[in-house]
This record gives sequence, structure tokens and C-alpha cells, in this order.
Amino acid sequence: MELRRRGLGGPVAVIETRALRKEYGELVAVHGLDLAIETGEVFGLLGPNGAGKTTTIMMLVTLLKASSGSARVNGFDVAREPSKVRASIGIVFQDQTLDTLLTGRENLELHARLYGMTRGLRETRMRELLELVDLTARADDVVKKYSGGMRRRLEIARGLMHRPAVLFLDEPTLGLDPQTRAKTWEYIRRMVKEERTTVVLTTHYMEEADMMCDRVGIIDHGKIVALDKPSALRASLGGDVVRLKTAETDLAALRALPAVTRVEVKDGWVEAAVQEVHRHLPAILAAVRGVESVEVHSPTLDDVFLKFTGRGFREESAGEGWMAAAFRADQGGK
Amino acid sequence: MGDLGGVYAVWLREFTVFKREKSRVVSALVQPLMWIFLFGGGIGGSFSGSASGLGLPPGYTYQQFIFPGIVMQSALFSSMFFGLYIVWDRKIDVLKEVLVSPVSRPAIFFGKVLGGCTDVMIQTSVLLVIGYFLLGMPGPGYAGTFLLALGVVFLAAIGTVSIGLTLGSLFESLEGFQVVITFLAFPLFFLSAGLFPLNPALQTAQPAIFYVAHGNPITYPVDALHAVILGWSAFHPAVSVAVTAGFALLMVGVGTLAFNRMKL
Repeated sequence: MELRRRGLGGPVAVIETRALRKEYGELVAVHGLDLAIETGEVFGLLGPNGAGKTTTIMMLVTLLKASSGSARVNGFDVAREPSKVRASIGIVFQDQTLDTLLTGRENLELHARLYGMTRGLRETRMRELLELVDLTARADDVVKKYSGGMRRRLEIARGLMHRPAVLFLDEPTLGLDPQTRAKTWEYIRRMVKEERTTVVLTTHYMEEADMMCDRVGIIDHGKIVALDKPSALRASLGGDVVRLKTAETDLAALRALPAVTRVEVKDGWVEAAVQEVHRHLPAILAAVRGVESVEVHSPTLDDVFLKFTGRGFREESAGEGWMAAAFRADQGGK
Repeated sequence: MGDLGGVYAVWLREFTVFKREKSRVVSALVQPLMWIFLFGGGIGGSFSGSASGLGLPPGYTYQQFIFPGIVMQSALFSSMFFGLYIVWDRKIDVLKEVLVSPVSRPAIFFGKVLGGCTDVMIQTSVLLVIGYFLLGMPGPGYAGTFLLALGVVFLAAIGTVSIGLTLGSLFESLEGFQVVITFLAFPLFFLSAGLFPLNPALQTAQPAIFYVAHGNPITYPVDALHAVILGWSAFHPAVSVAVTAGFALLMVGVGTLAFNRMKL
């Protein structure tokens, strides 16, 4: 089916949702989601805690039934052909799902057997991935004895064991050290290139999303509020911002510059939105007299996130209130 | 992808854990040994002057008489605890990884049943070795008894492990399971004719117990074990084995349904 559709040319949606909705009593966790993710795409699903990211993923991997709407993964309907969907996917869960009574190696072996991998492939991948996540030396220890970071690393290795058509990564790198994170992303990038794997990921690291994702969907209150390439989302904020501290009040020359799209005066600072600031900064400084101090700010996905959700990403991830956490736990999902 | 590989994968996981968790084996053996030596020894000892009055099969002490029943008790309780592990696995999310794999729910269920049966087989083997000495070392013929008894317990365990797993798939709390043990496992054991013979005296004095025991599915494997180990039984062994097999089949069906409906 997939091949036939690819033959028609044009982008192929490997994941397609139509008005996908999940409610828990009064609470609507996912609000009629329409999404099309293409083959070979790395798609980032970003949003505040409780926005419906994990709920969406759990529906796509057939572990949660949608209240209404439909979804297809790799050409299969998640409600009607769940086993075919499961044969097409892999997932790294947000919560720990390792078998702590087994060793690291046994966890990987179990996974390989569940996915019907041949012995040869299993051994090769296991060696490669244990090395990747730096657990070769501890592979034969029972997971119970692993630290939190080691468990997370093993969980990622396990998710990468079999190479599915679609790989879901729910906060895969949360709590990982920077080196492992970098190595993991490099590996995933190579896998995507070699096997045209489609990756759907959620992450709390904005720079990660910016670096990894072909497209990013920002979800809030169960709805997609923004959806585009990271660079386009950043550009939608009106380019870079230059802040000048100056007593000068005649800003006509500044406004006249073609690269300058907007000028505002705030608390003794002149704020100008500028296209391609790295080329135009000298002209800007020449256009305003008596500049005491300059600040240049290029918008990040953090700013995009802030604009669309009204919340900063970092503060959100760091300061999840206990009430929100308790509420989520109470709902038995996110 | 063959589901057979999935069954094997799930079974292997259970077996690996069983080997690793030595405490499970030990605790599974402590209870039956207490029944045999403390309960059986005490009751048997105090009635030893008038043992014939208990209506036991001739030639056996009370302690020897309850041995087959206790073998089944051990299988029954281990099966229930096996269900308890499912509650625990779901609580700590271990099952998510298995449920999201392409292996079908029936295959997962079947792998778990075989895993539980393997645990029970190993415990039963240990008990049957102890039984050799308890029964006064009956000689090389015991090898046949050993294998037949193992066969009966295996058949019964398919049913009892399925009960355990079905209950495990329904309960969300470990505390809930305490209730199951108290209100299900103990009555099933007490009313299985493992601790007293189903004889006319019982029928006259306690007709309720006598008849309920006939309706208890655990009575039949116990009776089959009586036939195999003591050469004495209330029913024809073919009947006991047939009822045991039928019950196992029924419970596998129920368990498969329960697993299909199990939520995380």
C-alpha cells in the first residue's frame, strides 16, 4: 500500500489523523486533531505538560482508544488493524517500562524476540546500541541496580533495536547527559537517512526540536496551535530584534532602512525588528546616533512556544505544579 | 511474525525471573511444607490411635493422605500469586512494552500461562521428591508416579494459572488481591477434599461440604492425584482427568478474553 502510494509521487502521509479526539469525562485531552506526517519526516510534537502530547501518541500506538475520529499509521487504521500498526512502529515511552528484574542485555533480547528479529541482527544491534549508550560494561547487571540515567539510556537503546517504519519518542532524552543526548540524536539522524524512518518526538528541549525536526507542531489544550518548519516558525515572529539604549528620539533614519520592519520605544530602549541582522547591524548603528549599548536577540523556538502557548517552555518544564502532576496522575494518563 | 516466537519470548522472561528470584521458590515451598509437617503431623499424630475412624484409605497415615492435596494446594496458591505479579507488572508499566509489540494478546496470555505452569512444575517436582520419603520410600516404581502426578498438576495448573492471570488482569491494586486469596484460594483448597476424604460419613454429617466439594473444580485434580499417588480415589481417574482438562480449557478461554480487554 505504502509503495503504491509512493509511486504516485508527491509526499506520502505515513501518519494521518482525522478529528482525533480523546476525552476523560469532562476533560478533553485531545481536541479533534488533524495531522499528516510524511514518510521520512522527523516531526516534533511540542506543548506544555498536559497539552495532549502523550495522549496523542498513546492513541497512535494503539494503547489508548480514541473517543472519536480516526488515525492511520503506515496505512493501517489504529482502531481496526491494531496489530498491523504495532508491527509498523517502535516507541520509547515517557515512563520507565524496563523490566527491572532482567539485566540490560535481557531487556534488549526480550525486545528483539517480541519483534521477531533474527539472532544475528539481534546480536549486532545489541552490541552497537549498548556501545552507543555506554552500557556495554553494565549489560549483565540487573536493571534494578541501574541509576536513573542508565535506565533511560537502556530504554532508548531498546527503542532503537528493531527499525520500524515509524518511531515514536516520548521525551526520549529527558534526564540524559549532553554527550549521550548528542550521540543519540546523531544515531537517530543516521537511521532516518538510511531507512527513511519517520520519527515523531516530543521533547522539552527546544534547541533539540529546532535541530532535529523537519516540522514542529505546537499543541496546547489538545489542539494544534502552530505547525511549520522550525525556521519558518521563528521567522513568523518578525525576524531578529535589536535593542539600542540611546537618548536619540529621531528615529526616521532607522525606520527608513528596508531591513527594519518595526520600531518601538520601550523604557528608554529602542527596539527594532530586523531581517537578517548579521548583515544589517552596521547600517542600523549608523542610522542612530548616541548609542550607549546594543543587544541583539534572535528568536528561538522558546519564543515561538511562548507566543503560541502564553507560557515559557523552561518555566513550564521546571515548575510543573504538584496539582497539575496530581491531576494527571488521577487521569491515568497525560 | 510468528506468534510462537512471542509465546517463547514471554515464557522466557517469566522463566528468567523465576530463576533469579530464589525467594519466590522458597516462599512457595514453605507453605505446603508447613501443611504437611505441622498440620498433617499434628492432626495425624493426635488421631493416630484411632486413624481408621477418620475413614482414610487403608494403609495410609493422615499425613500421607493429605500429601496429594497439599501438592495441589501449592500449585493453586502459586498460580494465584502468579496473577499477583501481573498486577504488579501493570503498576510499574513493564507490561506496556509487551502490549505495544506486534505479539498478539492471546500469545502473550499463553506465554504467561506456560511461564506460570513452569514455576508450578518446578515446585511440584521438589514436593514430589519430599513425598518419596514421606510415603516411606516406595521404590523405583515411584518414577512412574512422579511423572503421572506431574502430568496431572500440569493440566490443572493451566486452569489455575489462567484463573490467577484473569484476576490479575482485573485488579488494579495489590490489596485487592489479598481479598482474592482469602475468599477464593482458601475455599477452593479447603473444599477440594485434599484434607479429608469424600466418604459416606461426610455425606451424612456435612452434606453441604460434601456436595460443594463435588462442584469444586480443584477437587478433580486432587482426586486424580489421590489415584496416582495413593492408588485410591473417589471418582474414576478418567473422570477426574477429563474434568480437570475441561476446566483448564474453559479458563484459558476466559483468560484470553480477559487479556484482550485488559487496559493499562
